[in-house]
Amino acid sequence: MLYREAGEFRTSYPDDSQTFPISFDKYRYYAILAVLVVVVPLVINDYWANAVLVPVLVWSIAALGLNILTGYCGQISLGTGGFMAVGAYGCYKLMTAFPDLNIIFCIVLSGAITAGVGIIFGLPSLRIKGFYLAVATLAAQFFLVWLFNSFPWFYNYSASGQITVPERTVLGFPVTGPYTEPWAKYLICLAFAFALAWLARNLTRGSVGRSWMAIRDMDIAAEIIGVNPLKAKLQAFAVSSFFVGIAGALFFSVYLGAVEASEAFGINQSFLVLFMVIIGGLGSIFGSFAGAAFIVLLPVLLKNLLVGKLSWPTDIATNSEFIIVGALIIFFLIVEPHGLAHLARLFKEKLRLWPFPH
Amino acid sequence: MKLKATAAALICALAAPVAHADLVIPWLGYRTGPFSPGGIPTGDGFHDYMTLLNERDGGIGGVRVQVIDCETAYNTQKGVECYESTKGQGSLVYQPLSTGITYQLIPKGTAEGIPILSSGYGRTAAANGRYFPWVFNFPAHYWDGASIAIKHILDLNGGDIAGKKVTLVHLNAAYGREPIPTLEELAKIHGFEVDFVPIDFASSQEQKSQWLDIRRKKPDYILMWGWGIMNAVAVQEAANIRFPLENFIGIWWSGSENDVLPAGERAHGYKALALHRPGTDAPIFDDLQKHVFDKGLASGTGEHSGTVLYNRGAYGAMLTAEAIKTAQEIHGVADITPAMMRDGLENLVITEEKMAANGFPNFGPPFAVSCENHGGDGKAWIQQWDAHAKEWKLVSDLIQSDKELINRLVLEDAEKYAAENNIEPREC
Repeated sequence: MLYREAGEFRTSYPDDSQTFPISFDKYRYYAILAVLVVVVPLVINDYWANAVLVPVLVWSIAALGLNILTGYCGQISLGTGGFMAVGAYGCYKLMTAFPDLNIIFCIVLSGAITAGVGIIFGLPSLRIKGFYLAVATLAAQFFLVWLFNSFPWFYNYSASGQITVPERTVLGFPVTGPYTEPWAKYLICLAFAFALAWLARNLTRGSVGRSWMAIRDMDIAAEIIGVNPLKAKLQAFAVSSFFVGIAGALFFSVYLGAVEASEAFGINQSFLVLFMVIIGGLGSIFGSFAGAAFIVLLPVLLKNLLVGKLSWPTDIATNSEFIIVGALIIFFLIVEPHGLAHLARLFKEKLRLWPFPH
Repeated sequence: MKLKATAAALICALAAPVAHADLVIPWLGYRTGPFSPGGIPTGDGFHDYMTLLNERDGGIGGVRVQVIDCETAYNTQKGVECYESTKGQGSLVYQPLSTGITYQLIPKGTAEGIPILSSGYGRTAAANGRYFPWVFNFPAHYWDGASIAIKHILDLNGGDIAGKKVTLVHLNAAYGREPIPTLEELAKIHGFEVDFVPIDFASSQEQKSQWLDIRRKKPDYILMWGWGIMNAVAVQEAANIRFPLENFIGIWWSGSENDVLPAGERAHGYKALALHRPGTDAPIFDDLQKHVFDKGLASGTGEHSGTVLYNRGAYGAMLTAEAIKTAQEIHGVADITPAMMRDGLENLVITEEKMAANGFPNFGPPFAVSCENHGGDGKAWIQQWDAHAKEWKLVSDLIQSDKELINRLVLEDAEKYAAENNIEPREC
């Protein structure tokens, strides 16, 4: 009954190629957006912002970035943590070098810097593929973290190598630093997540996205039909790194406020983002959000359930978390190898026929 | 309907638990992950002492203490989650047991008015109370540690170490890098050579290449700022290259039983700084046995009692409890707030009599905290491992760090922090 095409008449090509062709879907999307923009900021508190919503949004942006590279263009990358570090340190250097520059420009510029770094580390993808490329990007991960640890210029010669964010404001409201209101923190991340998801959606359904997908599906065939692999692959690396860099900048400046390269941007983070993309669904915008939410929220949820409600000892609860999260990941991948996004598609299909499935 | 119920349950599970009316002290420890061998005994010591106060004295000043455990696994993001989920419950003071998490919490605690006590770790510059009114790191901090270690080396050499080579082996993280500026400064003053061997966390179990490098450089003394498995591996590797272990000195976080037992007999002679006494000689252990262990209330298995890190946890709990008492005396109320707790920490005076009355006679250095000085007096012992008796022995008197130099460096770093973050120092 829901999601029915009956009665939907499209009279032009733009109508035909819109993101939400079914009007119910479109209104549902507007409704969710309205709740996120209007209702959530009114009720949000520190805990919900810092432990739940901001991390989900920041990781979603990183997952979106990796999804463009891996899901849409088929290039496996294990350098996500390193690229996030570029974003974070770029943002820190910009913020401290130009104190008057608005934080939004700092974040976007640090994304652009990361895009440049991504292009350099994407060059090997023109010659090597698959697992070999994964290893080459792994080099980026280790090199970048080593770089930020080894040259004190990157952390402004602080004693411990930690970078700490100074306070910056948008329209007079602080969005970084300890005096940030939870709603401001949340809204700035939401704005970036929304804008980047919109950008990703429009890139991937246009000619650029089609050239990426052609490369992903079969690069030789793509070359024969006229897709330039050099351009397509480097574009994918640049756009992906831009997203990941913005995620890193937000991770440092808005979410944590103080980071250190080897701890915050280690190899674990690269795997974490890859898991988000795989669990969420390769080649899906919604999947990036779903995967990030799954990986970030499940441990928090289990912790509050096991320790908060059932009063388990913290060590047993933490170890159980690993077992449960691991088991659920395996379960989901067996039941739905195409990720949460595909699960959502099947669910929609069911709703469309409901309540008369036959 | 089912979906709605599930969603409601999920939202309930995500929301933080509600408040209690006790003296609430969050413990952001770690019993899982790569650093758990250090986190478990420290946490046990802290919990057991607080349990003892509840059982024996009915709490502090008649109000029971409630320790809220939150597992961080030494991970910064989990630490932030822990802070946010516990701060609404009336948390009096945060003790994150991790330098990385301390860096996170310093601006947050300062903004929200909850004190942070990082005894012997955290950001060294926080010792300056004018710039960091809400942060405390007494009884001694990392730069004191570096200065005390060099003083000990000076004592061994009759006050002249010009031309000697000192190597710092350190964890390549905020914690391990803390002593570098002080050592560089001290090297200039005393004329010794210093170099640094960073060990990444990922490679802390495999240090062969770094130790080959050290063997080639032939340092006279090695200092270590390590934590977790890195310590034990380093002691073993030092023994492997036949480095005389009595010239190998660890910071107080690199001087527990965990770090020397794996190397067996070969660890004999390894030294470390000591913030407090090891062993179970203090009378407090009789009380712990009677009121906690015998009643089956021990936080862990009780096996760690008397180890260096267990004693660190218990000693830290005693300092916390004394600060609470001080706060109760100043404000004349038993059920204190975080702001009162800050006053208690700032006016804390630990004397020999107070320690003895608590069952910790001559256990740690006496010290006094003040508005300006949040770092204590910067004194520590040197302890040495006796592999035959399997125990740590104190081998020096209390050594006082070079306060004049340290205070200058602390002020420089605090000023830099203040300039970056637009902080006006308060008057003291």
